[in-house]
Amino acid sequence: MPNTYTKIASVSVSSALGAASMDFTSIPATYTDLLVKVSGRELTGVSLLFTMQINGVATNQATRELRGSGAAATSGTNTIATIDQNGSGTTASVFGSADIYISNYASTTTYKSYSIDSASENNGASAYMRLSAGLWSSNSAINQLTFYASSGNIAQYSTATLYGIVKS
Amino acid sequence: MAAGSTYTTIATNTLASNTVSYTFSSIPSTYTDLVLVVSNLTTTVAGQSIYMEFNGDNSAVYSETWINGDGTSATSVRRTADTKGFLGGYGAGTSTTNPAMAIGHIMNYANTTTNKTALARYSLGNVETNTLVNLWRSNAAINAIRVYTGGTMAIGSTFTLYGIAAA
Repeated sequence: MPNTYTKIASVSVSSALGAASMDFTSIPATYTDLLVKVSGRELTGVSLLFTMQINGVATNQATRELRGSGAAATSGTNTIATIDQNGSGTTASVFGSADIYISNYASTTTYKSYSIDSASENNGASAYMRLSAGLWSSNSAINQLTFYASSGNIAQYSTATLYGIVKS
Repeated sequence: MAAGSTYTTIATNTLASNTVSYTFSSIPSTYTDLVLVVSNLTTTVAGQSIYMEFNGDNSAVYSETWINGDGTSATSVRRTADTKGFLGGYGAGTSTTNPAMAIGHIMNYANTTTNKTALARYSLGNVETNTLVNLWRSNAAINAIRVYTGGTMAIGSTFTLYGIAAA
């Protein structure tokens, strides 16, 4: 029976000084879809956000988002994949969570759609959720994904794991 | 999630021509849950949702609750006597430069003693995002899923059905 759901790579921030990014490079084109699971926290930033660049660039993206704060649901847009994660001001040792599903990523003839479900949770004091639809307007195959804290470094113990899903 | 045999492709198809619907038939009852992935979906008519119909049943026994975001406002709606389930799409259209993707999770699909619940997540990058829960008020095991829109699904649209086994 084939392995439908395979880990391609995993990144973990080991330094107490954090890391500028979490990066997946040379992603093979042999899968159907990609799934990234992120557990992250900003080292110094307080915006509660990570961003995701595709193939090393921050351009050609468009998103529609649903956001929930526990008090209200709102909708907005972004020009780069934006992911709720924990900021440095949240309770120590608490990290955000995200699933990023990228379909048809290896195509060289179509634009790429992605879906993001993410959340930051502050130990019961507050929590935010963000559901995003994303479009990368490029026919290039996706071979690199890079995650950044919106300011400063990504904190120690943050992780990201990239899975490949193959349909046959 | 463990790699390997807990997550298995049951069937997949990429449309070779424009098609009104695509049906997964003879779905085996040997899995615990189903995951339906639709990618690179474009339609020939704008403003279409994407639907799923179980076992050929188009009677008014489906209900859904949505939450939708179009970049300006968040809205929610509920329908209680629909004739089909939804994978998403709140009324905006796709195009070749804005393909949609949808993921449906159909839980406990093979049991013959309970109604079936399906979660769906739809993404159309520069138009809308939505998520919803469906209920099919039938105790029948799901052995067929028809996917369709109000228009025609274009060449290149891809449909894949995975089975997830709990053991």
